[in-house]
Amino acid sequence: MTELSKTGAAVGEPVRAQDAPTAFLEVRDLKVHFPTDDGLVKSVDGLSFQLEKGKTLGIVGESGSGKSVTSLAIMGLHRLGARGKNVRMSGEIWLDGKELVGADPDEVRRLRGRDMAMIFQDPLSAMHPYYKVGSQIVEAYRVHHDVSKKVARKRAIELLDRVGIPEPDKRVDGYPHEFSGGMRQRAMIAMALVNNPELLIADEPTTALDVTVQAQILDLIRDLQKEFGSAVVIITHDLGVVAEIADDILVMYGGRCVERGPVDDIFYEPQHPYTWGLLGSMPRIDRAQTDRLIPVKGQPPSLINVPSGCAFNPRCPYADVPKDNITRTERPELREVGGRHFTACHLSQEDRTRIWTEEIAPKL
Amino acid sequence: MSETDTRAAVPAPRDDDEKPLLKVEGLVKQFPIKKGLLQRQVGAVKAVDGIDFEVRRGETLGVVGESGCGKSTMGRLITRLLEPSGGKIEFDGKDITHLSTGGMRPLRRDIQMIFQDPYGSLNPRHTIGTIVSAPFKLQGVEPEGGVKKEVQRLLELVGLSPEHYNRYPHEFSGGQRQRIGIARALALKPRMVVADEPVSALDVSIQAQVVNLMDDLQDELGLTYVIIAHDLSVVRHVSDRIAVMYLGKIVELADRDSLYAAPMHPYTKALLSAVPVPDPRRRGAKSERILLKGDVPSPIAPPSGCRFHTRCWKATQVCTTVEPPLAELKPGGRVACHHPENFEDQQPQDVVLLTAAKEAGELVPESVRKAGTPTETEVSVEAEVADEADDN
Repeated sequence: MTELSKTGAAVGEPVRAQDAPTAFLEVRDLKVHFPTDDGLVKSVDGLSFQLEKGKTLGIVGESGSGKSVTSLAIMGLHRLGARGKNVRMSGEIWLDGKELVGADPDEVRRLRGRDMAMIFQDPLSAMHPYYKVGSQIVEAYRVHHDVSKKVARKRAIELLDRVGIPEPDKRVDGYPHEFSGGMRQRAMIAMALVNNPELLIADEPTTALDVTVQAQILDLIRDLQKEFGSAVVIITHDLGVVAEIADDILVMYGGRCVERGPVDDIFYEPQHPYTWGLLGSMPRIDRAQTDRLIPVKGQPPSLINVPSGCAFNPRCPYADVPKDNITRTERPELREVGGRHFTACHLSQEDRTRIWTEEIAPKL
Repeated sequence: MSETDTRAAVPAPRDDDEKPLLKVEGLVKQFPIKKGLLQRQVGAVKAVDGIDFEVRRGETLGVVGESGCGKSTMGRLITRLLEPSGGKIEFDGKDITHLSTGGMRPLRRDIQMIFQDPYGSLNPRHTIGTIVSAPFKLQGVEPEGGVKKEVQRLLELVGLSPEHYNRYPHEFSGGQRQRIGIARALALKPRMVVADEPVSALDVSIQAQVVNLMDDLQDELGLTYVIIAHDLSVVRHVSDRIAVMYLGKIVELADRDSLYAAPMHPYTKALLSAVPVPDPRRRGAKSERILLKGDVPSPIAPPSGCRFHTRCWKATQVCTTVEPPLAELKPGGRVACHHPENFEDQQPQDVVLLTAAKEAGELVPESVRKAGTPTETEVSVEAEVADEADDN
């Protein structure tokens, strides 16, 4: 692992030296950079958050905002094989008192699948097409449990039944291509849950699914979380999904957190202009009003040349409100604006409140 | 069809012509399944299985449904990228059902398509100029002021810079590529544009830009849109009327507002209730949530009678045997159902619920029932279940 020489402004709570955190999952100043021929891609650039057991954190943002890279970093998947040579990671990831960024890869491997598991977006490419679904679940179980194949198979059937697959004792011998999209996603959830992980990361778990199936899967994740008491990180670009399932929301933009807080705060008192933009661009199923959408103008930033100052400034309609051109020169810190609600924006509290209540909220 | 009744709900027709721009009757498309050495046909995927609708001038018709319901096949049939197996397609009074490629060519100016995947629909080896000017070359049209000038005007129209003329598709982001696809579709000033999932591959903020763009272009150029999408929020935003498809059939076709306010087909209702609402405070008030069980049946052997009866909580005996016709039950609302929601029962004598219906009825969780005031559905389900218990 290469230490980053460049520190930049620390985001969020200052990183305390090696003191073990109190939260179940705590990420501190995480940076994941990829050197390429074109330059250094700063996919995640100073991200901090905490998550307690039994709670759900929703991470939202556009493609390329660093959502998935964060989840792969927590799972320790960036440092596998040849790919591991092309990534620079720094910061700390604490899972249940253990630090993962600096840990031995073998140590992380023992945790992966047992203490933390992941559900991927596309179950067809996440499952091996040549192996039976049951065998793949059995393998995931036997890696961490010293049991016979027979016992593991029983466990696989039990899990398939739990995630709502009909006739699990027959489907356990089916191949992934024999399952429909929703069934495959259920099977993958079964695989992720087979070792009762305490942390479950779901990366766009319903994006490839129809709404009716999406509703089934979200209900399933919610039920299972209640049953097992796991911490869940759900990564999505769909604000509807996080509104349904998350306790806390973290909004990412250009590899950083621009706003983080309890779900109600993010939806009813959002503080960051990008969050306003996301809410304004979203067509609403629950509103008859069909005025024009209010899109965020422009394109997401390149992660090689992240705009100086606030990464959002070229697209922000309020970039000129704060004085001295500060939005273009100085990177905003993540500051607390209310109980557990943080935002990284140069706008003053009065300006934000005024813009939100007078300009944004009436149009949503 | 009583067109006059619904006229009010649609923006004023831009043409004096009363006739719809596109009229589809009994449209069928089956893809044969061949097996064995002799490649004998052993069955067929009934992708589109007898649908009727019309698209009025200047309106936007939204088509929604789950994957595999035949909505994309329908889009490719009305643009005649596929040959229909049966039925009739009339564009502007002209029968185009079985026109040859050559016969279709003059009409290609009038019917254009925008595709879902902005990466797959642009040739990576051609410049933007070549891509957007291709329609002029193919049609032998020489626009006023020359092709290059017209292409640059089009690029500006869709919000790109005219300097992009000599660039290649890989130099553009997804949203920009989608704009290029739109510029190409608009090159020949079409009258109808069929857009198959035009924004589903885009990020939310970019999606809003493209939706607004399509909206502006419709106003500016008087376009008629058929927008195929699975995202019910987007469809609500853009459409004047909406057709809901299930397993190759249109189950409901209604004006936007009445469809979203009072869906008549149980499937529509279930579909709407499944959409996550971006409003955390309504999370507790999920009483109207209807969870459909299982997956869509195979279009190779669709269920008898009403195709939705295997997943419907209102299904009765008649639903398994008699296929409900797509009937205009109220002005601007056509539905194919024996026991529609928000309307009087079409088969009131038939009260015996099927097993599937009973299971579906139980799906509404007990806790939710106690929590909020029960909605109409639950009451009716409960009542019907109770009725049935009495009968036994």
